Amino acid sequence: MKEWPILTTLMLLPAVGALLLAVLRGTDEAALKNARWIALWTTVVTFALSLILLTDFDYANPGFQFVEHRPWLSDTITYYVGVDGLSLPFVILTTFLMPLTILASWKSITVRVKEYMIAFLILEALMIGVFCALDLVLFYLFFEGGLIPMFIIIGVWGGPRRVYASFKFFLYTLLGSLFMLIAILVMYGMAGTTEIPALLKYDFPVNVQAWLWFAFLASFAVKLPMWPVHTWLPDAHVEAPTAGSVVLAAILLKMGGYGFIRFSLPMFPDASVQFAPLMFTLGVAAIIYTSLVAFAQKDMKKLIAYSSVAHMGFVTIGVFSGTEQGVQGAVFQMISHGIVSGALFLAVGVVYDRMHTREIAAYGGLADRMPIYAFFFMVFTMANVGLPGTSGFIGEFLTLMGTFEANTVAAFFACFGLILSAVYALTLYRRMIFGKLEKPSLATIKDMSPREIGIMAPLLILTIVLGFYPKPVLDMTSGSVKAMILPYQKELQAQADTGAAAKSFAELEKRR
Amino acid sequence: MYQAIVLLPLIGALCAGFFGRSLGDKNSGFLTSALVLVSAALSWLALYQVGIEGQEARITLFPWIGVGDLQTSWSLRIDTLTAVMLVVVNTVSALVHIYSVGYMSDDDRQPLFFSYLSLFTFAMLSLVTADNLVQLFFGWEGVGLASYLLIGFWYRRESANAAAIKAFVVNRVGDFGFAIGIFAIWFIFRDVNFDTIFAAAKEHQATTIPFFGYQVPALDFICLFLFMGAMGKSAQFLLHTWLPDAMEGPTPVSALIHAATMVTAGVFMVARLSPLFELSPIALIVVTCVGAITAFFAATVGLAQNDIKRVIAYSTCSQLGYMFVALGLSAYGAAVFHLFTHAFFKALLFLGAGSVIHALHGEQDLRKMGGMRKAIPFTFGMMVIGTLSLTGFPFTAGYFSKDMIIEVAEVSHSSVGQTVYWMLIFAAFLTSFYSWRLIFMAFYGEPKDHHAFEHAHESPPVMTGPLLILAAGALFAGLIFAPYFVGADYAQFWRGSLLFLHGWHEPHVADVFMKWLPTIVMAAGFGVAYWAYISSPGIPAWTVKTFKPIHAFLYNKWYFDELYDWIFVRPTRWIARVLWKYGDGAIIDGLGPDGVAASVIATTKRVVRIQTGFVYTYAFVMLIGVTVLITWFAYLYRGALFTL
Repeated sequence: MKEWPILTTLMLLPAVGALLLAVLRGTDEAALKNARWIALWTTVVTFALSLILLTDFDYANPGFQFVEHRPWLSDTITYYVGVDGLSLPFVILTTFLMPLTILASWKSITVRVKEYMIAFLILEALMIGVFCALDLVLFYLFFEGGLIPMFIIIGVWGGPRRVYASFKFFLYTLLGSLFMLIAILVMYGMAGTTEIPALLKYDFPVNVQAWLWFAFLASFAVKLPMWPVHTWLPDAHVEAPTAGSVVLAAILLKMGGYGFIRFSLPMFPDASVQFAPLMFTLGVAAIIYTSLVAFAQKDMKKLIAYSSVAHMGFVTIGVFSGTEQGVQGAVFQMISHGIVSGALFLAVGVVYDRMHTREIAAYGGLADRMPIYAFFFMVFTMANVGLPGTSGFIGEFLTLMGTFEANTVAAFFACFGLILSAVYALTLYRRMIFGKLEKPSLATIKDMSPREIGIMAPLLILTIVLGFYPKPVLDMTSGSVKAMILPYQKELQAQADTGAAAKSFAELEKRR
Repeated sequence: MYQAIVLLPLIGALCAGFFGRSLGDKNSGFLTSALVLVSAALSWLALYQVGIEGQEARITLFPWIGVGDLQTSWSLRIDTLTAVMLVVVNTVSALVHIYSVGYMSDDDRQPLFFSYLSLFTFAMLSLVTADNLVQLFFGWEGVGLASYLLIGFWYRRESANAAAIKAFVVNRVGDFGFAIGIFAIWFIFRDVNFDTIFAAAKEHQATTIPFFGYQVPALDFICLFLFMGAMGKSAQFLLHTWLPDAMEGPTPVSALIHAATMVTAGVFMVARLSPLFELSPIALIVVTCVGAITAFFAATVGLAQNDIKRVIAYSTCSQLGYMFVALGLSAYGAAVFHLFTHAFFKALLFLGAGSVIHALHGEQDLRKMGGMRKAIPFTFGMMVIGTLSLTGFPFTAGYFSKDMIIEVAEVSHSSVGQTVYWMLIFAAFLTSFYSWRLIFMAFYGEPKDHHAFEHAHESPPVMTGPLLILAAGALFAGLIFAPYFVGADYAQFWRGSLLFLHGWHEPHVADVFMKWLPTIVMAAGFGVAYWAYISSPGIPAWTVKTFKPIHAFLYNKWYFDELYDWIFVRPTRWIARVLWKYGDGAIIDGLGPDGVAASVIATTKRVVRIQTGFVYTYAFVMLIGVTVLITWFAYLYRGALFTL
C-alpha cells in the first residue's frame, strides 16, 4: 500500500475526469446528461479513494505520511507531496464536498455544462494539491492555480455583476499572493530548499522572520479573509453560482487558515509571538465588525458571506493564541465551517432555484409550505450560531478557550460574537421561514426534492455527529498541531524566561 | 437506570419529530408522555436511592471534547442535588405532556409540539446531570434552543417570533458571561470537571487573572461572570425582559419551561457551584442583592398587569429572586427547597391559568374575565390552592420554603441581610396582593363577556388530572420534604452535593412578631385585595387615576423595554448600517480595490470580449506562465538571494 502513490492518484482522478469531459462532443440533452454523470462519478470515486487515507492513516505519527518524492523541475524544486494530521481533514473535506456541489448544480446549470464541470474537476485537483503539497513552489502553484477555475466559475456562470466580482476576487487574492511568492524566493535563497519539512526545521533569523511573516500574512489574510481585506468575499459569493459559493466558503477560505498553521506559526515563531496582538485585534475586529454588518444585510448570500468572515475571525485568534486548544479549535472551526457554511449556501440555493431572488424580503412564512426545508435550515442556523451539540460549537469554544489563555481581553471581546451571531442568524431565519405566508409568489413554492434532501442530509448528519463526537477529527489533528505549535511555544517560553530574568535582575539591582 | 432517565425523553423527541406524521397526533402525545412518565417514575426512585440510601453515582458515557489537558466526556453525575432536579424536571414535564394532550388537541402540528417538549426535557436532564462545565453549558444552551422553538411555536404570529428571538438573544447575553466564566476556570484550574475544580478551589483564593491591565481575584472574576449566565437564564433583574414576553408560547410551555424548570437552571448552577461561590464573598453579596431587587421589582410590576399569564410570569421572576437571596446568604438547601416547592405550585398556577384560557377560547385579559368560579369550579379550586401555596398560607408548601428564606435573611446579621429582609417582606405582601387580585378578577364578580361565559366549560380529565397531582404537591411537598431539605436530616440528605462552608443552621427567629411577620403580610395582602376587588370595586380605577404616573411606570414594567430599545437595539441597527455602507462600502472598498479594480475592469472588459470562447486557453496559458516565471526566478536568483 505504501508504494502506491495514492495522493497523486487523488489529484489525477479529477483531472482525468476533466479530460474525458473535454473530449465529449455535442450539446444536446444526452450530452449534458453525460457531462453531469461523468463529473459526479469522478468526484464520487475520488471521495471513495480518499477514504483509504482515513483507514491507513497512522494517528500516532505526527509527521507526513503517504509521502511521494520525485525530481521535477530541478534537484531542488521537486514533486513532493504527503499529508499529516493537519492537512488530511481538509483533503477529506474537499473530496467529500465535491460530489455534493456537482449534485447541487444538477438542474441549476443549463448552459456550458461541460465546461462548468471541467472547471470544478480541475478546481478539485488543485485544492487537493494545495493541502498535499510539501514543496513551497508546488504549494504556491496549486494555491494560485485554484484562482483560475474559480475566477472562471464566477465570471461565466455568475450573477449580473459577475465580471466585477470575479475580477475583484482574482486581483485581491493575486496581489496578496505576490508577496508570498517573493517570500518564497527569499526563503529559498536562505535555506537552499523549498521543501516544507526541511523549512519547518530551519531557523530563520529574527529580523528576516518579520518580513517573511508579513509577506505570508498578505496572502493568507486575503484568502481567509481577515478584516479589513474581506470585501471581495461578499461580492464573490453573491455573484457565484451556488456550488461556487459552497466551494469558496467551504474550502478555498480554509487555505488561509491552513497556511497560518503550516507556515506562519512554525516557520516564523518569533514573528508570530511578536505580532500575535495585532492578529488578536484584527480577529476580534472581524468578529464584531462583520457580525454587525451581517445584521444589516438584505441579501441572504451576503449575510452568510459576512458571517463567514466573522467565523474566520475565530480561526485567526485561535491560531495565534498558539495554544493546543486554540489551534486545534481553529482547525475544527474550519472543518465545521466548511460543512455548515457549505450547507447554508446550498440552502440559499434551494430557494434561489425556485424564486430566482436572494432578497430576504422576498421570502417569509416558508415554514408553512416547506417544513423539511425549515428543519434543515434551522439545524444549520443553530450550527452557525455555535449551539453546543453541533459542530459549530466545538471550534468556537476551543478557539475562545485558547485565546483566553493567551489574552483575556481579546477573548472577552471575541465573546461578543456569541451574542451577535445569534442576532443576525435568528433574524434571517425569522424573516425567511417564520411569519405568515402572505406573498403570492410563494403560494405554490415546493418543499425540498429528494435530490436536495440527499445533498443536505449528509451535511446535517456530519454537523450533529461531530457536535456530539468530535473525537475523530480532534485525534487526527492532535499530533500534527502539537508539532506545528511547538516552536511557537518554545519562543513564548523563552521570552517569558528572559522577561522573568530581566525582572529578577532589575530587582537585584534595586536591592543594591 | 440513569441512562434511561436522561435518554427516554430524547427517544420520544426523535420519534415524534421524525415519525410524527405516521404516528398521528394522539399517538405522538401518548408516546412522548409515556416515555417521560417512565423517566419521572425512575427519578423518584433515584431520589430515594441517592437522597435516603446515599448511593451516589458517576457514569461516563463516551468522550466528548478532548484536546491536550482538556478532557470532557458525556457523563452523568448523580448526587442528591441532581436527584432532586431529576424529580422536579421529570415530574412536571410528565404532567405537562399529559396536560398538553388535551390543551393542544386543536393544533395542527401536535407531533412537533411534543417533540419539542421532550427535546427540552432531554436538554434539561443533561444540564442537571452534568459532571463538567461544558456539558452543563450544552444543556444550558439546549434548553435555550427548546425554549426558543416553543415560544415561537405559533410562528405565524409576529409577536411570538419577536419574543422567541428576544428570549434567545437575552439568554445569549447571559451565556456570554457563562462562557467567560468557563474559560477563566480553565485558565486557573486547567480542568473543567467539577470534582477537580471543587477540590482545588481553596488553593486559588489568592490567585489573580490579568484583565484590562488589572490583576483581578480569580474566584471573584469566575463567580461573577458565571452568575451573569444564571441571571440570563433565571430572568434576574436587568436580564429579565425576555421572560414576560416568553408568555407568547403555548401555556403548557410556560408552565414547564418558564416557571418550573428552565428558569431555575440559574439557581441550580449556583447551588452546584456552591464550593466556588462560598469562596467569593463579593459574588455572594451580588447574588443576594440581585435576587432581592428582582424579588421586589417583579412583584411591583406584577401589581399592574392585566394579562393572566404575565401576572404569573412576574410572580415567577420574583420567586426566583427569593431563591437567589437564599443562595447569596449561603442557604443553598433553602434555595433548592424553594425551587422544589415552587415547581409544584407555579406549574399548578400556570396550568390552571391554561385551563381558564382554554375555557374562554384563548382569552387572556383579566379585565374580560370574571365570575368564572361558577363556570369552572374545579379549576377555581386548583387556582386557589396554588395561590395559597405561593403566598405562603401556613403549612402549604410555599409556607415552608419561602418563609424559610425570609427567616434566613432575618437572622443574617449583616446590613445587606437586614435590608434584603425588609425587601422580601414587602415583596411577600405584594405577592399576596397580586395573586389574590388575579383570583378575584378572574373568578369573582360578574362575567364581562357573557357570550364567552356561556360557552365556558371545564377542561377534560386529561387536563384536570395533572392539576390534581400538582395541587397535592403544592399542599404537602413542604410538610413532607422540609426535614430533608432544610431540617434535621439535611446533612445526611445533601451529603457533599452542596457546600456549607460554615455549616447549616436552621434559622430560629427569636421575636414572635418577626417570626409571624411573613404570615401577617400575606394576610394583609389578601385583605387589601379583597377590599379593592370584592367589597369596594371602585378602588382600583380610583387608584389608577390618582397615581397615574406610578401606575404607568409599573404597567410599562419600569420602562425597561423602551430603555433597552434606546440604548442597545437602535444603536446596534444604526452601527450595523454605518459599518456596512461607510466602513465596507466607502472606506475599505473605496480606497482600496474599487479604485484599482475600476481601471482594471475598464481595460480587461475588452480583453475578455476578445477572448470569449478561449477562456480555457487563457487559463492554461496563465498557469504555464506562472510556472515558468517562478522556475526562472528560482534559478536566476538562487545564488543572488543567498548572499543577500
